Amino acid sequence: MTNATADTLPRRRRRWRVSASGTVGLAVVGFWLVMTLAGPSIAPHGSGAMVGSEILAPMSREFPLGTDYLGRDMLSRILWGARYTVGLALIATLLACAMGVALGLFAAVQGGIGDAAISRVLDAFISIPSKMFALVMVAALGSSLPVLIGTVAVIYTPGCYRLARSMAVNISAMDFVTVARARGERTAFIMREEVLPNMVLPVLTDFGLRFVFVVLLLSGLSFLGVGIQPPAADWGSLVRENLEGLRDGAPAVIMPAAAIASLTIGMTLLIDNLPGRRRSTVEGH
Amino acid sequence: MDAVVDVRGLCVSTRDEQGADRLIVKEAEFAVSRNAVLALIGESGSGKTTIAMALMGYARPGCRIAAGSVRVGGTDVLALPPRALADFRGKRVTYIPQSAAAAFNPSRRIMAQVVEGASIHGLMPRAAAEAKAVELFRALSLPEPGSIGRRFPHQVSGGQLQRLMAAMALLSDPELVILDEPTTALDVTTQIEVLRAFKKVVRERGTTAIYVSHDLAVVAQVADRIVVLRDGEIQEQGATDRILVAPQHAYTSSLLQAADPTLRSFRQADRRGDPGPPLLEARDLVAGYGPAGADGRPAAPVLTGISLAIRRGSVLGVVGESGCGKSTLARVVAGLLPAARGRLTLDGEALAPGAASRTRDQLRRIQIVFQTADTALNPARTVARILGRPLDLYHGMAADRRRRRVRELLDMVRLPRHLAERYPDELSGGQKQRVNLARALAAEPDLILCDEVTSSLDTVVGAAVLELLDELRRELGVAYMFISHDLSTVRAICDEVMILYAGRKVESGPRQTMSMRPLHPYTDLLIASVPELRMGWLESVRPAVGEGPGKPRYADAACAFYGRCGLRLEGTCDRRAPETQRLAKGAEILCHRAEQELLAGQAERSRTISAPVTVT
Amino acid sequence: MNAVMARLIGARVAVCVLSLLIVSGLVFIATSLLPGDVTQEILGQSATPEAVEGLRRALNLDRPAPVRYLEWLGGLLTGDPGISLVNRLPVAEMIASRLPNSLLLAGMAAAFCVPAALFLGITSAIWRGSAYDRVVNTATVTTVSVPEFLVATLAVLIFAVHLRWLPAMSYASKIESVGQLLRSFALPVATLSCVVMAQMTRMTRAALLTVLDTPYIEMAVLKGARPMRVVLLHALPNAVGPIANAVAFSLSYLVGGAIIVEIIFSYPGIARLMVDAVATRDMPLVQACAMIFSAAYLVLVLVADLCAILSNPRLRYR
Repeated sequence: MTNATADTLPRRRRRWRVSASGTVGLAVVGFWLVMTLAGPSIAPHGSGAMVGSEILAPMSREFPLGTDYLGRDMLSRILWGARYTVGLALIATLLACAMGVALGLFAAVQGGIGDAAISRVLDAFISIPSKMFALVMVAALGSSLPVLIGTVAVIYTPGCYRLARSMAVNISAMDFVTVARARGERTAFIMREEVLPNMVLPVLTDFGLRFVFVVLLLSGLSFLGVGIQPPAADWGSLVRENLEGLRDGAPAVIMPAAAIASLTIGMTLLIDNLPGRRRSTVEGH
Repeated sequence: MDAVVDVRGLCVSTRDEQGADRLIVKEAEFAVSRNAVLALIGESGSGKTTIAMALMGYARPGCRIAAGSVRVGGTDVLALPPRALADFRGKRVTYIPQSAAAAFNPSRRIMAQVVEGASIHGLMPRAAAEAKAVELFRALSLPEPGSIGRRFPHQVSGGQLQRLMAAMALLSDPELVILDEPTTALDVTTQIEVLRAFKKVVRERGTTAIYVSHDLAVVAQVADRIVVLRDGEIQEQGATDRILVAPQHAYTSSLLQAADPTLRSFRQADRRGDPGPPLLEARDLVAGYGPAGADGRPAAPVLTGISLAIRRGSVLGVVGESGCGKSTLARVVAGLLPAARGRLTLDGEALAPGAASRTRDQLRRIQIVFQTADTALNPARTVARILGRPLDLYHGMAADRRRRRVRELLDMVRLPRHLAERYPDELSGGQKQRVNLARALAAEPDLILCDEVTSSLDTVVGAAVLELLDELRRELGVAYMFISHDLSTVRAICDEVMILYAGRKVESGPRQTMSMRPLHPYTDLLIASVPELRMGWLESVRPAVGEGPGKPRYADAACAFYGRCGLRLEGTCDRRAPETQRLAKGAEILCHRAEQELLAGQAERSRTISAPVTVT
Repeated sequence: MNAVMARLIGARVAVCVLSLLIVSGLVFIATSLLPGDVTQEILGQSATPEAVEGLRRALNLDRPAPVRYLEWLGGLLTGDPGISLVNRLPVAEMIASRLPNSLLLAGMAAAFCVPAALFLGITSAIWRGSAYDRVVNTATVTTVSVPEFLVATLAVLIFAVHLRWLPAMSYASKIESVGQLLRSFALPVATLSCVVMAQMTRMTRAALLTVLDTPYIEMAVLKGARPMRVVLLHALPNAVGPIANAVAFSLSYLVGGAIIVEIIFSYPGIARLMVDAVATRDMPLVQACAMIFSAAYLVLVLVADLCAILSNPRLRYR
């Protein structure tokens, strides 16, 4: 009897060990998150203030990232733009993941006709290319922030649903869920208490991956001129409006592009190095 | 010295999460002489497989051979460069893994895989290799030796795959064959056939072999010498008969003791199986998957015509091979798989087929405990929370009472109280199974359905859990339905035993009747197949008849056991389904044969069956 | 081919058709519920109510939506997706003039990407953890994370503007030699390939690694098989399904990438046609284009599914 308790495993500290590249990713993503909140208050100039005498100026002491095509301070514009690029993407991704996970959990735990119906409709949604869908919606409803957020959320819900559902189906087949069913627990309890806590990490990873997609999509839309509308500007629109500086390698066009790339690469590095991750950050089937 | 294998100071290390090296094999030293079979025995984590793989210069990802030397036939294996090592493996040393079903590539034909080693190493032309393979298939008593190689792995049964693996390993006439738990994943009746085939070819060919196992009784049949391992260290080594009869190390003795459940006496005297109405009664249960047909039978029936009764505070054992429907029976009783037909009553009160339409109190009174404690506990919740949920749900306990009760429950299953704040992956296998049990107890049930609760545990740990179950039954008066593939365990702790075959109850009765003749032919086969802890047992068992385990081919019209039955009646057993008959010993069996005929048929083999099972 | 497989394949095709039907419904609803009146758009603000009404009738817009949907669906099936609202040309004709261009671009990108990505994915899986693997991994992570418009503009800047190696406009009025064809397509194809290839490489590697972790691969190693043999003979046949899936999924990125590429390189493909149609609210054209893109995606997924079914010996040999 005693030796059953003698073989206690050593208490493992539940801590997150993140590799070097993961740490870099975390730092970059963390930096941009802070800038999203604090950017406007530490920006040297207003977003629209025409402070420079020279347009598309190179880097200087006065304008660390140069000036844009109207002579505005690029550093300030990028800091203000973070609000749109990071903030908007964050809200849209949160919405998409919340809807996807809720639907996926429900479909997996409930099964049956509800599952089949949700799966069919959302699968059909996936087959509409995301940029197409966004273009149609924006052209139809105009490009306002709510339209952009709603459209992006709708576009990325099905992918998130797929992942959440397949995870939840696997977890639902585990014995502890069977025990809960045998105990007489309700569907809502099983979803919330038994299944959801066990898919937090994959869902977080998926959230990061989708965040990257959303940033790319939103800046792509802005680059096409159908995203964030002036006078507001996200990083995609900053690239677009300063495109004429490309030939001379003006920081006004390089810097916002670099900002986008640093954010997305940082996020990818972070999620690729999360502890306990199984597969690579690819969609899978 | 004529040693084929000589291992000295072998250390294998693994790197943990903190990046620190930890030795999982410590200074292992042993030798195997020509034509001998050496057994490496130990429980999970003892390092036996790690040592076996190191003999091929192989360490699993994350592990590293840290020190020592391995010589096989004079070659220093650990010094070989990668290319030479590839030439060495599969030619001079071959390997038979635990699960042949997983080790066969699903997308290639069997023959291509069997002769692959020979063709990689250029040992013989393809045609010669195939001819030799067919000869080996025959020697291993595989069905259709000429054509079985053309099949894909999924078209062949597990026991046959295991033998095909042996053919693959023997094809290149290696200096050493390593068998890594080759029969552990098999049913007992299959295991005995595979063991017999292995032993025959190993003896005939004079193969030098290393047999890795956790099962002393199996090892006793095949090995000349035994090395006992624990936590990566050799405890004791010596000739098989010496180890079995006069173990020197305390750990070896404890293994020997745990290996024989009949040695533990679960006494009868205070058994309170009261004679009142049964706690749980089932009548003519039919259950399965798929839509029900016109007669109410599901498209894929798993259980047919099952009736049973469990008295308050008593234990019903349900025994059968994998796929016989024993776990399905637990699911039907728990309401997880609603029965298509039949009636369930709890204390005389009808139980709805599905859990969703049972009352909370009915749900409380029947609890289920699953085999794999790993998946039965929610990894994201602490022990306290796992145990607290039934207390909240069924008893509506407030937080502080719940905390107290969780401590009591941990005491009850003999776990230290501080484990309450742990997560399941911080517990050992035995501890998890105790928590699993405590969760069922938290409901204060009348009946606990135990589905193979000790199968995934090491023998010693499993024996302790069994003891705990028996104590709890006496203390709390809870009844069990104890489901297992292991007849000897069931006989040790159950009051009544029920044998399932292909979804039918072939025999049932008080446990004493399971060691009295006549038996149902299947029960007889099952009992005869349980390895005994003595040398020479394997030779004393008469080979079974029929085409070996597999899908019963005559399931619908005939007796399901017809194909494997040693006492079958042509023209009767393959035409009509048998009826239940009551035997003088007090058991019921499902068989066409009359009691006297069975007795006569089984008396003939009574000489070969060893000492009768002791019943206290 | 046996009954089980035939049934499975039939079911997949049925699901594909059903999905396409649902897509058509979604597209129709999305485009019909758009606020703003097309007739107003066409005729301008000064149009009389009678003229607007007349045009509505002429365009069949006065009839209930379900009827219009069924008519439109029927038209699609018979190859007549309607008349453009803007320039009154048959939509079929407009698409027919652009579709080959898009297919050419996508085909060239795919012809380049698929072999390259499979090679990179498989080799990096074989040498997992090596310096080569890390380089490939870093490169693909970076590429996946960078917006296509950035890749395209940088490519134009470097190769067309600074180095003057390649034309920035891809569709010269006349192409006389293969060399010219390759030169004029190099930039758009390279841009399009970047993202697709990175995605495909990553997925292929992951699919193969899953198989490489199985006991039968360990068994092959213990039989003395060399690494190349293990991967090519033992692992790859079991990874066909997931890899086909990876290829199909990545190729569907060609569609999204095409929008940016066709616009930046002024390429007269179907994606640009659709973007223009969206801008002018030419709904029949938008609907038809959306259906083509969705159908392309669904067919890719279907092909991948069929590959997975056909490569599964459990289904092939019962």
